[in-house]
Amino acid sequence: MSKLSLIIQREYLTRVRKKSFIIGTLLAPVGLLVYMLVIVGLSSYQGGDEIKVAVFDEAKMVNPLPDEQGVRFVPSANKTLEQLKAEVTEKKLDGVLRIPPLGNFQQKDHTIFYYSDEKLAPEKSGMIEKRIAGKIKEYKMDSLKLDAAQLKLLESEVSIDPEGINSDQEDDQSKYTAGVGLAVGGIMTFLLFFMVLMYGQMVMRSVMEEKTNRIVEVMMSSVRPFDLMMGKIIGAGLVGLTQVVAWVVLSGAVSFFVPLLMGFDPSQMQGQMAAGGEVAVDPELMQDAGMRIMAELSKQNWPLLIGSFIIYFLGGYFIYSSMFAAIGSAMGDDMGEGQSLTLPATLPLILAFYIVSMAGWRNPDSGLMVFSSIFPLFSPIAMPFRLAFNPPWWQVALSLTLVIASAIFFVWLAGRIYRVGILMYGKKVTLKEMWKWTFYNG
Amino acid sequence: MILSVQDVVKTYGDYMAVNHVSLEVQKGSVFGMLGPNGAGKTSLIRMITTITAPDSGTIYLDGHKLHSRSPEQIGYMPEERGLYKKMKVGEQLLYLAQLKGLTKAQAQKEIDAWFTKFEIKDWWNKKVEDLSKGMQQKIQFIATVLHKPKLLILDEPFTGLDPINTTLIKNVIGELNAQGTSIIFSTHRMEQVEEMCDHIVLINKGKNVLYGEVQAIKNQYKQNLYRVEIQGEMPADLPDRFAVLKTEKNALTFKLEEEAQSNDLLKFFLQKGSRITRFEEILPTFNEIFIQRVAETGEA
Repeated sequence: MSKLSLIIQREYLTRVRKKSFIIGTLLAPVGLLVYMLVIVGLSSYQGGDEIKVAVFDEAKMVNPLPDEQGVRFVPSANKTLEQLKAEVTEKKLDGVLRIPPLGNFQQKDHTIFYYSDEKLAPEKSGMIEKRIAGKIKEYKMDSLKLDAAQLKLLESEVSIDPEGINSDQEDDQSKYTAGVGLAVGGIMTFLLFFMVLMYGQMVMRSVMEEKTNRIVEVMMSSVRPFDLMMGKIIGAGLVGLTQVVAWVVLSGAVSFFVPLLMGFDPSQMQGQMAAGGEVAVDPELMQDAGMRIMAELSKQNWPLLIGSFIIYFLGGYFIYSSMFAAIGSAMGDDMGEGQSLTLPATLPLILAFYIVSMAGWRNPDSGLMVFSSIFPLFSPIAMPFRLAFNPPWWQVALSLTLVIASAIFFVWLAGRIYRVGILMYGKKVTLKEMWKWTFYNG
Repeated sequence: MILSVQDVVKTYGDYMAVNHVSLEVQKGSVFGMLGPNGAGKTSLIRMITTITAPDSGTIYLDGHKLHSRSPEQIGYMPEERGLYKKMKVGEQLLYLAQLKGLTKAQAQKEIDAWFTKFEIKDWWNKKVEDLSKGMQQKIQFIATVLHKPKLLILDEPFTGLDPINTTLIKNVIGELNAQGTSIIFSTHRMEQVEEMCDHIVLINKGKNVLYGEVQAIKNQYKQNLYRVEIQGEMPADLPDRFAVLKTEKNALTFKLEEEAQSNDLLKFFLQKGSRITRFEEILPTFNEIFIQRVAETGEA
């Protein structure tokens, strides 16, 4: 086995066998599981026990009201309001709803009254308001002798469908294209940013640890410093890939099995949302939207997306982790003193993430985004975001070329700094000094 | 010749760490590398161990210019010891030995042999951080010699060791030397140099300021001091040519003008009928030579 692969093997195995790695890898999907259980639990939560409410309908506008989830409506059955209130006091009823007659049809706001010593839950109150409003609408339509079917014809929904004139803009774009693109691009950007930063810093800490432990001099008398650095970078990178693959597989399993285990039906949730939410959404329309989103997702060029994700991950990871390795080699035993040194590595990364999250969402093809997706310090974060929006192929080609060339350059540069820095003790190092090291002889 | 360093220069920026140093280490010898802190010893060792490369000059190991496989023939124990603290002793030694070119099976065999020798067979699964400093030193030493290097470079090998372990390691070094391993000692403990080394180099401010065989250097720096120990009264009328340097109860130390006078001195005492119990030449200690040479070359 070559020395490099021995180093990679050790770097990989010591990390993967760590308790913190195993816990972190397992916990993320468990976190997702808990999150899903909470969502499912909350959406099926009724807002308390069922209540029994008498409807005292003075103008006979709304009766009969069908029962809702959590609320049973009972007709007043010729009882007076006082009799009904007494029944509430006797706990036969939970409350009385009094619906006064409308003053006139021009009146828009209408107040109804709820008599009870118990508070009415906001969810139930909102639901009752919506039901009564609907009933009053029907009552008004009846009274005005309006045709419900004709009224329905008045409603229209408008959406913009972008069509290219001379450009190659595809014809099959819809109002979902942008949203789905944003979601896909956003997730890729976030994952890349998070992984490059996390695993880059892992490399830095590991370099510092070897320097502080003084094992590095023993190692260097056996292997070339470049091999040691590369072994570390590759080993930690493989740990990163392992973690992502584990997360994807475990999360997939969790989100597939949990709804089955819970006997949870997504359409049920939609129904509840329609009943309780602010906007009543037609479940049919919802399903249609779901289909359209799925259609948009399947329209994405997944092999290209995943392939370029991997290339940009590797490119970005090599660029930044080699920077972090160089910085770690220059740092002393004290983490704190290195803040000014880590800044040049973390700043472009954070800047790229900000550009994408501020400018990218608004317009993925703006000048700033085009620049960011080609500039190699930004492109590993910015280009994957744009990829979901079919950028011109030459931009992708240029960006890929630059990112690969830069990765090679930064690894080389870091190697030159690393081999000097790793043997330097007891001196506070400046960036200027690190730059000088690159010119030292082996 | 196991090692030949020829006119080697190493600079860091404006600082000249090693300034045209040349030296040779014979096969099977125990070679002492001396010098005050910051003299350039570590810089020189790092070039020999291929950790860094010289700016100019050449280093030959066993007749060949240093190359990528040279490290496999060298065992180096730096003064600042270092092991992976969280790693198990056995795994760590396997790893380090494989990096020195041993196969896993070879490494395993060697480790077993050393564990038996040091009576630490149950340490395999212990983490390094759970071991005492002295125990870690033993592991460090094993890691240095596992791959049977032709040249062993030990930087202050006995610091931090208790007398029992010092003796143990000293004996093992002796055994390895007897088996043909050449050894370079880097130390500032002069009594160890006198005890163990046959050749030395003294480095100060990056330069080789004293180099040669231990006995020859001692002779070169001797000041013709002789100590005579007798039983009974000291003779009264000592001639002026025997300058007395130090008077003890039953002994006198003389500083002679030349070596040949030693027989005269002895003759004098015999003629006086003194009963001599001891007659010895006092050679300078390396401590003295060291201080003298450093003072002489300090300004240069």
